[in-house]
Amino acid sequence: MEMTGAQIIVECLKREGVKIIFGIPGGVTLPMFDVLYDSPIRFVLTKHEQGATHMADAYARASGRVGVCTATSGPGATNLVTGLATAYMDSSPIIAITSQVRSDVIGSDAFQEADATGIMRPVTKHNYLVKDPRDLVRVIREAFLIASTGRPGPVHIDIPVDIQRAKTEFKWIENISIRSYRPKLEGHPLQIKKAADLIASAQRPLLYAGGGVIGSDTAEVLRKLAEKADMPVATTLMGNGAIPFDHPLYIGMLGMHGKYVCNKAIQSCDLLVACGVRFDDRVTGKLSAFSPHSKKIHIDIDPSSIGKNVMTDVPVVGDLRNVLPRLLEAVQKKSHPEWKKQLKQLDQQHPMAYKDDDKKGYVKPQYVIDKLHQMTKGEALVTTGVGQHQMWAMQWYAAKRPRHFITSGGLGTMGYGFPAAIGAKMARPEDTVVCIDGDGSFQMMMTEMATAVRENVKIIVIVFNNCVLGMVRQWQDLFYNQRFAATYQLAPGGRAVKGAEPDPKKTPYVPDFMKWAEAYGILGIRVNSRNQVESALKQAFKSDKSVLIEVSVHQSEKVMPMVPAGASLDEIILDMA
Amino acid sequence: MAEKNEFRHTISCLVENRAGVLARIAALFSARGFNINSLAVGETENAEVSRMTIVVQGDDRVLEQVEKQLNKLIDVIKVSDYKNTPHLERDLVLVKVTATAQNRAELIQICDVFRAKIVDVAHESVIIEATGDEEKIQALRDLLEPFGIREMCRTGIVALARGAKELTLSEPVKKTGQKKS
Ligand SMILES: Cc1ncc(C[n+]2csc(CCOP(=O)(O)OP(=O)(O)O)c2C)c(N)n1
Repeated sequence: MEMTGAQIIVECLKREGVKIIFGIPGGVTLPMFDVLYDSPIRFVLTKHEQGATHMADAYARASGRVGVCTATSGPGATNLVTGLATAYMDSSPIIAITSQVRSDVIGSDAFQEADATGIMRPVTKHNYLVKDPRDLVRVIREAFLIASTGRPGPVHIDIPVDIQRAKTEFKWIENISIRSYRPKLEGHPLQIKKAADLIASAQRPLLYAGGGVIGSDTAEVLRKLAEKADMPVATTLMGNGAIPFDHPLYIGMLGMHGKYVCNKAIQSCDLLVACGVRFDDRVTGKLSAFSPHSKKIHIDIDPSSIGKNVMTDVPVVGDLRNVLPRLLEAVQKKSHPEWKKQLKQLDQQHPMAYKDDDKKGYVKPQYVIDKLHQMTKGEALVTTGVGQHQMWAMQWYAAKRPRHFITSGGLGTMGYGFPAAIGAKMARPEDTVVCIDGDGSFQMMMTEMATAVRENVKIIVIVFNNCVLGMVRQWQDLFYNQRFAATYQLAPGGRAVKGAEPDPKKTPYVPDFMKWAEAYGILGIRVNSRNQVESALKQAFKSDKSVLIEVSVHQSEKVMPMVPAGASLDEIILDMA
Repeated sequence: MAEKNEFRHTISCLVENRAGVLARIAALFSARGFNINSLAVGETENAEVSRMTIVVQGDDRVLEQVEKQLNKLIDVIKVSDYKNTPHLERDLVLVKVTATAQNRAELIQICDVFRAKIVDVAHESVIIEATGDEEKIQALRDLLEPFGIREMCRTGIVALARGAKELTLSEPVKKTGQKKS
C-alpha cells in the first residue's frame, strides 16, 4: 500500500506497540503530527522537550517497554540532549524522533536547522538520519531492536520534513536483524562453572547488584541465587529494589553515601559477585584500595563494562536473564552464619541513623522519607531529583519491588525527578507515585506541573526546601572552608521560609511554592514541624489532585555517612563534628 | 601523565559503509584524548563494507577498552588490534622535492634504492611516489630532506595480517546482483 512517510512512521510505532509519545511539535514535524491526530497513540504535550525525554525515560524504566519522545528540528532537537545523555548513562531504552529541515537545504543554515545527528551522536547508543522514505520501516525497526536489546539505551532518528511528506510503498519487515549488531546473550558455560566454583569455595561472599538486575527483570532469580548460596546482598543506587528491602539477606545501599556495613562488607568479603553493575567511582571510591581481599566475578551484558575500572577474576559476558538461572542451577547450597553475624554486628555498631535535633521551623528530611516508607510499606514508586534529597531518598527509601525507584544515577541530572514521576505514573497508573525533590532540582522542570494537571495524572511531589543547592553546599562546607559561593541565593527583601529563623541580612530567595501549586491547580501543603508530616502525607494520599508538599529543611543538614571523593571506602566519615 | 606505558597500535575495523560511522569512531578516540597518527578508509572486497585502519599510540589497557567500545558501535562489524599479530603495513607517500638539473641523478638513485618512482618533473621540482611501512618512509624522508621537501602527503597506513588470520565477514553478504561499471 502506498503511504506518506509520516503515515509509515506512525504505522511502525503502532506495530512496535507504542501507546504514548511525549514531546512538542514544530514546523517540520507537522506531517507526522497530522497523522498522529487521528491515531490511537496518546500524545502527551510537555512544557519542555527535556521534560519529554525524562518522561519517556521513566516510562521505560517503570514499565520495561521502550519510551518514545519527539521534538522539532533545531532548538527542539537540542533540548533533547540532556535527557538522552541521562538515559544513555542509565541504560534506559528510549527512541527520540526529531524532524529535520528539507533534505535539499540541509547544511545551508536553514531556519531552525541544527546538525541533530552530530549533536546527539555521543549521547545515544545509535542514531539515524533518514534520507529515503523507503528506509523508514527498516530504520524504525532497527531503532527499537537496538534500544531494547543488549545493553539498552537511547536511539535517535532524524527525519527531514520532505521524507515525511513523500509517498512510497509500505512494506513491513517481520524479522529484523543487523549483521553488525549481535549482543552476546548466552554467557560462556565454562565461565558460569568457574563462577559457581568460586561461590562454592567462598567464606564471605557478597552480591553486588545494580541497575542491570532491574533492567533485565531478574530480581526474582537473583534473590533465589542469594538464598541458595546464602550470600548477603548490597545494591547500588540504580539497583534499589533488586531485592526486597525486608529480605533477611539484604544489607543495604552501597556507595559514597551508602551504609557503613555495606562499605565494610565490600572491604572484607572474600568474593564479590557483581551483577549488572559497572563499578562506578561513586561506589568503588579509590580503586587501588577497593575490596582488596576478594576475588571478583562480574556478570554483565556489556563487555566494555568488564575490566574497565576493576580487574575481574571471572568475567561473564551475557544477559542476566540467561546467566543467572544457569548460575543458580550450578551453585551449591551453602550457609554462612558467621559472616552474616559479623555483618549484623557491624550494622548494629553504625546503623543508618540521623540525629533527633530538629531546629525550630525545620524538619529532618530523613524523618519524612522514613515516614513515607512506613506509610507506603516501601511499595510506592519513587523518583528523585539530584542532590542531598536524592541521597536521603536512597538511604531511607529502600524499595520493595524493582522498577520502583527511578533516579538519574549516572549523569546526575537535576530536574529529572518531576517529569520522571509523570512518565512513571503513565506506565503504572495503579501505583502511588512520589517525587522526592530539592528546591533547586524541582525549579529546573517544575513547569511540567501543567502537564501533570492536563494529563490528569496524580503525582505527589515532596520538595525539601533548604533554600540552597544543598549537595554542593555540603562539599563547600567539608572541603572548601565553608565558602558558600553561589549555593545560597540571597535577595534583600526576599521571602523567608515560613517558620524559619530568617537572618534579616541574608534572606534566602525562593519562590512561594504554595502559590506555584495554586497557580497550576494542584494541592499545596507546607510542612515545617515533625508533627505535621504524617497528616500531610495522609492528606496527599487521599487527594485526587496532584500534591506539592514543601518541607522546610535546615541548610546545614548533611548527608552522612560519606566517603570523600577519591578516598578509599575505609575512610568513610560517619558524622561531622 | 608522565609514565610512558604507551605503545603503537594498528587497529583494523570492518564497518558498514554508511554515513556517521567515521564520526562515531573518531569520537571514541578524541573523547579519550587520543591523537590518531593515521587513519585510512576504503572499500573492501565487499562494496557494502569499508575497512578502516587506525594507528594510535596508547596504553594497552586503555586501548583494550577502546577496542571493546569500537565493537559496541552498531555499524562496526569486526575489530582487530594487530599489535601482537604478524602483519604487513603500507603507507603511500607523495613528496614534492626541490630538484635541479645537477642533483636529479642523485634523486633517481635514491628512488631506485627505495623502489620509489618519480611521477612528475617540473623545472625546479619533482614529485616522488613511494610505498612502504613507516620505517621505510621515514628513511626516504631523511634522505630527501637535504634536497628540500616542499610538500608531502600520505594516505595513512593500511594493514593486513599475514597468513591465515583474516578480517572478513564470517557470512557471505547478500549480493545486490549486478556489478558496478
Ligand atoms: C543539571 C545540573 N546542574 C548542576 C548540577 C550540580 N549539582 C549537583 S547537586 C546540586 C544541588 C541540588 O540542589 P537541590 O535540588 O536543591 O537539592 P539538595 O541538594 O538541596 O537536596 C547541584 C547544583 C547537577 N547535578 N545537575
